[in-house]
Amino acid sequence: MLRITISLIAGLLFGLGLVIGGMANPAKVQNFLDVFGTFDPSLAFVMAGALVVTFVGYRIAFRRPTPLYAEQFHLPTATELDRRLVIGPALFGVGWGLSGFCPGPAITSLSLMAPGTLIFVTAMLAGIGLARLVSKNASHTRLEANEGKA
Amino acid sequence: MAEVTPFTPIASTIGGILIGVAAVLLMLFNGRIAGISGILARLFPPYAGSDVASGAVFIVGLILAPIFYSMVSGLPVTQTVSGNAVLMAVAGLLVGFGTVYGSGCTSGHGVCGLARLSRRSLVATFVFMIAGFATVFIVRHVIAS
Repeated sequence: MLRITISLIAGLLFGLGLVIGGMANPAKVQNFLDVFGTFDPSLAFVMAGALVVTFVGYRIAFRRPTPLYAEQFHLPTATELDRRLVIGPALFGVGWGLSGFCPGPAITSLSLMAPGTLIFVTAMLAGIGLARLVSKNASHTRLEANEGKA
Repeated sequence: MAEVTPFTPIASTIGGILIGVAAVLLMLFNGRIAGISGILARLFPPYAGSDVASGAVFIVGLILAPIFYSMVSGLPVTQTVSGNAVLMAVAGLLVGFGTVYGSGCTSGHGVCGLARLSRRSLVATFVFMIAGFATVFIVRHVIAS
């Protein structure tokens, strides 16, 4: 129950961060990617703010042998740089540029109910299902204990 | 002509900090990476772990955020979303497939992975940033002109 509560709070904070930071607006995201046009560097500040807090916070968290409400840290164990690590992000980047949406902002935008968002999220879920079908050993599911202690 | 959006360094930094706090909470308490594509993917079978409920609740929190924001601030959340159905369907498929095939998205690789100094996430983030920049460049400055 505690874990569920933390998940809800984390989801809410994450979504608020996307809204306040401007990432829930595809026009702003596309302008961040449009260096030679209507460039808006705001999203670099979202990334930097998130990265600094997460970098420091993770170091504090990983001093503990286990998380507070779970038996282990679930961290990716894959280390090899394979072809999928180029093909996947390349396809994702094209879709991101076309729409201005990555998964988090698209989901957060559902409650704003723009028709384009509903189409995007439906197609995104289909794409996720498809990727799950073709990749049985996605590193998302290869989780092992306590790797983050180092 | 593309819509101009104002530069918002302070609001964007605050937004980023909130995202970071959310990511740290999820790791410190639940031992989980705050990767949205991964959390979404785990809502699909085959179910590897028992944390489907936590993932679903996190997604609910994400969806409630704009409503909560407007309730507290009294301000609407403004956004411009393309209404081009074909474009949005193609983009959605690419984002859904690409993020799960490549094991992460902006949050999983770009925030959590980079914070762990993961070499894989560094490569993935570099590739999707370049692909994003290139796509917008081609759409706005090659095709449109």
